Amino acid sequence: MSRLAATFAELAQNGRKALIPFVTAGDPNPHFTVPLMHAMVAAGVDVIELGVPFSDPMADGPVIQRASERALAHKMSLRRTLEVAAEFRKTNQTTPLVLMGYLNPIEAMTYEGFANAAQRADIDGVLTVDLPPEEGAECTALLKARGIDPIFLLAPNSSSERVQKMDAAGSGYIYYVSLKGVTGAGHLNIADVEHKLQQIRANTQLPIAIGFGVKDADTANAIAHLGDGVVIGSALISKIEAHLDDPELAQNEIIALLTSIRQTLDSTQQTVGEL
Amino acid sequence: MTEKYNMPDERGHFGPYGGIFVAETLIPPIQELNAAYQQYLKDPDFIAELDADLKYYVGRPSPLYHAERWSRELGGAQIYLKREDLNHTGSHKINNTVGQALLAKRMGKTRIIAETGAGQHGVATATVAARLGLECVVYMGAVDVARQSLNVYRMKLLGATVVAVESGSKTLKDALNEALRDWVTNVDNTFYIIGTVAGPHPYPAMVRDFQAIIGREAKQQCLEATGRLPDALVACVGGGSNAIGLFHPFIEDSSVKLYGVEAAGDGVATGRHSAPLCAGRPGVLHGNRTYLMADDDGEIIETHSISAGLDYPGVGPEHAWLKDTGRAQYANITDTEALEGFYALTRSEGIIPALESSHAMAYTMKLAPTMGKDEIIIVNLSGRGDKDMQTMAKREGIEL
Ligand SMILES: Cc1ncc(COP(=O)(O)O)c(C=O)c1O
Repeated sequence: MSRLAATFAELAQNGRKALIPFVTAGDPNPHFTVPLMHAMVAAGVDVIELGVPFSDPMADGPVIQRASERALAHKMSLRRTLEVAAEFRKTNQTTPLVLMGYLNPIEAMTYEGFANAAQRADIDGVLTVDLPPEEGAECTALLKARGIDPIFLLAPNSSSERVQKMDAAGSGYIYYVSLKGVTGAGHLNIADVEHKLQQIRANTQLPIAIGFGVKDADTANAIAHLGDGVVIGSALISKIEAHLDDPELAQNEIIALLTSIRQTLDSTQQTVGEL
Repeated sequence: MTEKYNMPDERGHFGPYGGIFVAETLIPPIQELNAAYQQYLKDPDFIAELDADLKYYVGRPSPLYHAERWSRELGGAQIYLKREDLNHTGSHKINNTVGQALLAKRMGKTRIIAETGAGQHGVATATVAARLGLECVVYMGAVDVARQSLNVYRMKLLGATVVAVESGSKTLKDALNEALRDWVTNVDNTFYIIGTVAGPHPYPAMVRDFQAIIGREAKQQCLEATGRLPDALVACVGGGSNAIGLFHPFIEDSSVKLYGVEAAGDGVATGRHSAPLCAGRPGVLHGNRTYLMADDDGEIIETHSISAGLDYPGVGPEHAWLKDTGRAQYANITDTEALEGFYALTRSEGIIPALESSHAMAYTMKLAPTMGKDEIIIVNLSGRGDKDMQTMAKREGIEL
């Protein structure tokens, strides 16, 4: 069983929800990321999504765009993101690690070159925003052959047919984009998500992580309980941006936010778990 | 010898190029658009309405003009200019916006968005939006807003909201990113009018089909005027819409050579250029696979050109295919050479070309003398130079 499958299975068994932070590798500098990842694990996160900086992040809002720009200014790249992952793995062999980014850096490495490098870095999942399953067969097969889960997105306007397609093509988990918009947008509607999750659940057994627009512990909590986990990105990266001159303070604030989300998630696990 | 050409396949592939590489939220609107496009392409009412708009609103057919004096001066082939500069709003861009706006109307969309570089596509979009009473938002890189201020004013006058994009390199590619972000956010009521043969399928094929009126007319006009097909076609290539519009109806006529002209900026060797076909590599950006200007890590690199409309790191996927198959050749022209083309046409024929089109003129100045006096070149004069008066005056040290 893959690390991701095992993690979600264990969470489900214990009636817990996955807490999944997203941070951009190398933001605000290349030395910041690995210690932050370890600290996030200590704060109780279950999976880490590591953003690969890209020059043209078309699906991202301004916060993650600027994170990419800061990382690129330090010559961060897909190759160096894989180095960050490998460095993290030296002292953590248990927390699943998912790369999230855009296709062109992968194309530049060639699919096979990338799949091999991701396997060497012991990556667990790859989510490529602009690679739908129709175009992704070759890349997906190479990843799966190496035990890496290809993770696909679903959106509020995805049909049941699309859900089935992702179910067939993907593994590990499905990432449900909770709103029509870019990352960090401000119009998340919980009732809409709840309604959509019924349609998705009817068409896949894969765990569902929900993200986009989750800003605080209460929203994270509400969202997480509609699926199997919650992804929180822009709200964390905002802390980095607010303290560019003091990365230690940024890390402390990120950890404080994740800790409060973890506590809220776990304290409501029982009641909701029984529903 | 003629070979049947019917690219792309039903999933939008031109060989390895093209396709649909977008985030999941955009899949449903792209499917909806493709279905509508396939339906109306064969709908006699739609075609009739489009034809009437092209005739009475755009002013088509545009003339095919024999530039006799310029041909004589260059001492080679007979040069014919396809006068897209005479269209309403001053460039070929309106052929496509008229078509896409009619589609938007039939699909019940109430809001139009567009990206623009030189501002010609933005103006052409704002124009059709005004005519149909649709809300219009145009995204334009902040650098381009500054160098094409006349067109910014025109768009505003037409009732459009112009958003200056401050991210990335603040040029056309960033405007496209921002338009895609808008579309993802407002998918339900918004129609995205892409201005060139780029983006996810069906855009490259759809924009080509709307622009192919250029080549269809040119072919007929050339036959009427000279009794035969041209020997060569020349067009500038930014995203590639005016070029493919001219080329497409001639692709099966293998005696006709096709020359696309990219912007070499300071020169391809300097790295400061916008010539992905001449000096780039295949990759994926803005929804399709094509030649791109990217570094070894796959990050898109900044482009340079005197003309905002050519300042783009990608190119339509069909051009990538035509390059690889050898059906078309792609050359490049520096800023300095483009300026020579600009002045040459202005002084020899009394026609002031857009800086984008000036690249095609400059290449023609190299090509024509290598050909015989009985040979024919059709050059696409994709737009007029009015929008570039400030840039040109400034270069000459004149305050307007
Ligand atoms: C007059 C003119 N020609 C050419 C172009 C380049 O676009 P394309 O390559 O799609 O024809 C532009 C774009 O703004 C333009 O305004």
